Amino acid sequence: MTSASAPLIDVTKLEAWYGRRRILNGVDFAVNAGEIRVIMGGSGSGKSTLLRHLLGLHKPRSGTVRLLGVDIARASERELLAVRRQIGVSFQGGALLTSLSVGDNVALPLREHTNLDEATIRIMSRLKLEVVNLGGFQDLMPAQLSGGMVKRAALARAIAMDPKLLFFDEPSAGLDPVVSAELDELILRLRDALRMTIVVVTHELESAFKIADSITVLDQGDILMTGTVDAVRHCDNERIQDLLNRRPREIQVDADAYLKRLTEEAA
Amino acid sequence: MNAVENTCVTEDLGGYALVRVGGEVDLSWSQKVRDAILAALRGGDVGVELSRVAYIDSSGIAALVEGFQTARGKGRRFALIAASKPVLAVLQLARLDKVFVLFADVEAARAG
Repeated sequence: MTSASAPLIDVTKLEAWYGRRRILNGVDFAVNAGEIRVIMGGSGSGKSTLLRHLLGLHKPRSGTVRLLGVDIARASERELLAVRRQIGVSFQGGALLTSLSVGDNVALPLREHTNLDEATIRIMSRLKLEVVNLGGFQDLMPAQLSGGMVKRAALARAIAMDPKLLFFDEPSAGLDPVVSAELDELILRLRDALRMTIVVVTHELESAFKIADSITVLDQGDILMTGTVDAVRHCDNERIQDLLNRRPREIQVDADAYLKRLTEEAA
Repeated sequence: MNAVENTCVTEDLGGYALVRVGGEVDLSWSQKVRDAILAALRGGDVGVELSRVAYIDSSGIAALVEGFQTARGKGRRFALIAASKPVLAVLQLARLDKVFVLFADVEAARAG
């Protein structure tokens, strides 16, 4: 169990590789209880890879990932399950089970992980649909939902168990500005009312600036900085300013590594 | 903040059952709150006093919702009394503050 002051997420010197490409260059990353942390970065910055490690979907090549005080690469199945029960994830594409109704998708974690009475499960899952403004849609199938509704249904499922820690991958991607702003508002209210600690991965600047207590900026596998919204806005790092001002990056070419990638038989 | 012990005690105020709930109501024991509320509703009208609730999750809210719905089915009154800020925040998140009957104190609830 973590002490009150220990970070809920504590990543040290995390390295990640895909084949011969190093994606994360030994990053340190910590998130405290009650915080909304936004991980920002362009395509290929390593933010999705960091998220997958935080969720335990990949084991670190080196470094450690501790969630709720548990080193997830070395935890027993039982410890991992206990951690997973306290975590909610809203995936970018929703990841709803297409053969289940919206209501059953949201109720699924409660049915899998608790012994609660079915009446309680029904109320809890419908309550979550109300929270995300999908009240009354429990009998629809995922295929009948619009993009924004899928996103909200996925969020309802992610918070079904009232998780301590909520991960939200690209909440605004593909949404119209009004729905996107509503989701931002909801993230803030979830933190305040249900005391969630929330990690949001996004490349949407407006959303990041609205919801974040602090922002971690990733670029080509390195954390350029972690700071408040103001600190990030006003920092004089050229790459961060490029990201904020949407300037295309100059891709660095390592001639040796490039030629090896093109020519070696066993890549 | 000082930790408040998890408690759920029912008092009989002469035909009116007052369920006093305190502490952090979460999945680990919210079913006890549910059972206490449903048991109290076997008597008469019920008030749930929530001033010492430091946290309530949706399983705790579900217990209140089920109590309210059961009371309506039986033609009984069901009120939330002195809901603490954390309780109000969760009720507002789900717009349930507009659904429940809320009172500031027990006297008002009994008179209500």
